[in-house]
Amino acid sequence: MSVVNAKIGAKQSLLQKSINAVLLLILAGLLFPVFKWAIIDAQWAGTDRCTGDGACWVFIKLRLMTFMFGFYETEELWRPSLVLALWAIAIATLFRSTYSRGLKILPAVIVLLPLLSWGLLDGRWFGLPHVETTRWGGLLLSLMITLMGLSLAFPLGLLLALGRMSDLPLIKAGSVAFVELWRGVPLIAVLFMSSVMLPLVLPPGTELDKLIRVLVGVALFTSAYLAEVIRAGLRGVPSGQAEAAAALGLMGWQRLFLVVLPQALRSVIPSLVNSFISLFKDTSLVMIVGMFDLLGTVQQANTDPYWLGYSTEGYLFAGLVYWAMCFTLSRFSMKLEQAR
Amino acid sequence: MTNTNLAIEMKNIEKTYGTFHALKHVNLELEAGKKLVVCGPSGSGKSTLIRCINGLETFDAGEVMIWGEKLESKKLQKVRSEMGMVFQQFNLFPHLTVLENLTLAPIWVKKVPQAEAEKQAKEMLERVKMIDHAHKYPAQLSGGQQQRVAIARALCMNPKIMLFDEPTSALDPEMIKEVLDVMLELAVSGMTMICVTHEMGFARQAADRIIFMDAGEVIEEATPEEFFTKPKTERAQLFLSQILHQA
Repeated sequence: MSVVNAKIGAKQSLLQKSINAVLLLILAGLLFPVFKWAIIDAQWAGTDRCTGDGACWVFIKLRLMTFMFGFYETEELWRPSLVLALWAIAIATLFRSTYSRGLKILPAVIVLLPLLSWGLLDGRWFGLPHVETTRWGGLLLSLMITLMGLSLAFPLGLLLALGRMSDLPLIKAGSVAFVELWRGVPLIAVLFMSSVMLPLVLPPGTELDKLIRVLVGVALFTSAYLAEVIRAGLRGVPSGQAEAAAALGLMGWQRLFLVVLPQALRSVIPSLVNSFISLFKDTSLVMIVGMFDLLGTVQQANTDPYWLGYSTEGYLFAGLVYWAMCFTLSRFSMKLEQAR
Repeated sequence: MTNTNLAIEMKNIEKTYGTFHALKHVNLELEAGKKLVVCGPSGSGKSTLIRCINGLETFDAGEVMIWGEKLESKKLQKVRSEMGMVFQQFNLFPHLTVLENLTLAPIWVKKVPQAEAEKQAKEMLERVKMIDHAHKYPAQLSGGQQQRVAIARALCMNPKIMLFDEPTSALDPEMIKEVLDVMLELAVSGMTMICVTHEMGFARQAADRIIFMDAGEVIEEATPEEFFTKPKTERAQLFLSQILHQA
């Protein structure tokens, strides 16, 4: 095999190698200015505007806390840090444990952590100083919308998937209508509706936090997609599995939750992670309704009159953070697929 | 007058799928401790018949009595928990280990404490000679091993009746014997059994009675000796010659 390959390789080698070399040179030529700008000529130290031609990472350094946490009270930053750490630990535990144990932890994570996060960030439930949701921002806000939104959307999506497979016509039709409605509108329209239109139709005097409205919108939107993903998984489980469970005397809900669902969810892990990643990136749309997520805080920093001209650095930083998070997630999901 | 010694009784069972008549006027009686083998060409309604006994299939008319009690949908769970079933495709739960496959139903249906369920599961694995594989997943086992685990899983519910739906049909030839050995051991231990199978050797050794089905009807019922030596119907003769020719 390798001998044959080597012969073919030898025949092709001259042309192939020269093409490769030329391509590599062109690529290097194109990328070098970027490298030179971003690394060699870049300015890292200092607290003021930069003077050289290179990238001015000082701008990012000074704004880092805003990019991470928005305008959260500086003395209270331990709270968002703790929240992010808790989520990181929970997600790492989920991805590291065996599949069946992970499945047992999951409900606790998606019920408890959103509540705990809200309590810690808002403060009032725990007798901590109140920090209004309008001050939550940066990567923290992006992640909170993603994680809390998903936590709400997942159970709802599961119900919708089951509803769509139900034998009861009313439940089935309702689920289909719900899914098709939410899949038919763009997220940006949902966000507009939730932040602009919803207050108009709510009875006067009721005030619902804008973040909650956005969260509900995001959750409803995402649940429609998750429902279809989960439904595909449920349909993929052979009917013999439910029959075997029935023959053992397990009841309907036991057959579903102990036998069918665990197999269905496992088979759709890649699609679920895909939804996770796409929701995380889509949260940047909340900027449109005046919330300052990661991209929003970068955008806002770019318009600071004193620091004008560093938007490239800002966007590059935001892009890198998004990429790093999404890449980590997809790596995690690959491991999870292989795990038992 | 009900004979309480009757484990299973089927009276005038009728079943259609659309225009297809799957079961025609089926009557069947099986006493406790007896072994019945159901055979017949494919599509003759054998599987449908056996699946009607534990309610995996519904039927249009007739009655199924289990231990003298009528099978009704509200009693289904209880009846099933006292009746084991083994499938052609094994249907082990792939996301659970062998041990977890065995303890799932005892823990959730019978509320047996986990330690006790595991102890019993290990005894059953010992019985089917699979104890060394307790912590493996089904995908790591051969077909014959999976089917033995499936039998052990059914036994963990301490069933009084075992249903086998072509338990060896999906197996490679060299694995059939290990499964049949387990089934024979079970038969000797006095279990009430209904087996849909083409394993005529097993039928000869273990069965008290054989029924032969064709086109949804039971067309012959006999002892193994009678059935193999002088089948009454032409259809059964043809079937036997095909089976034996194949063997």
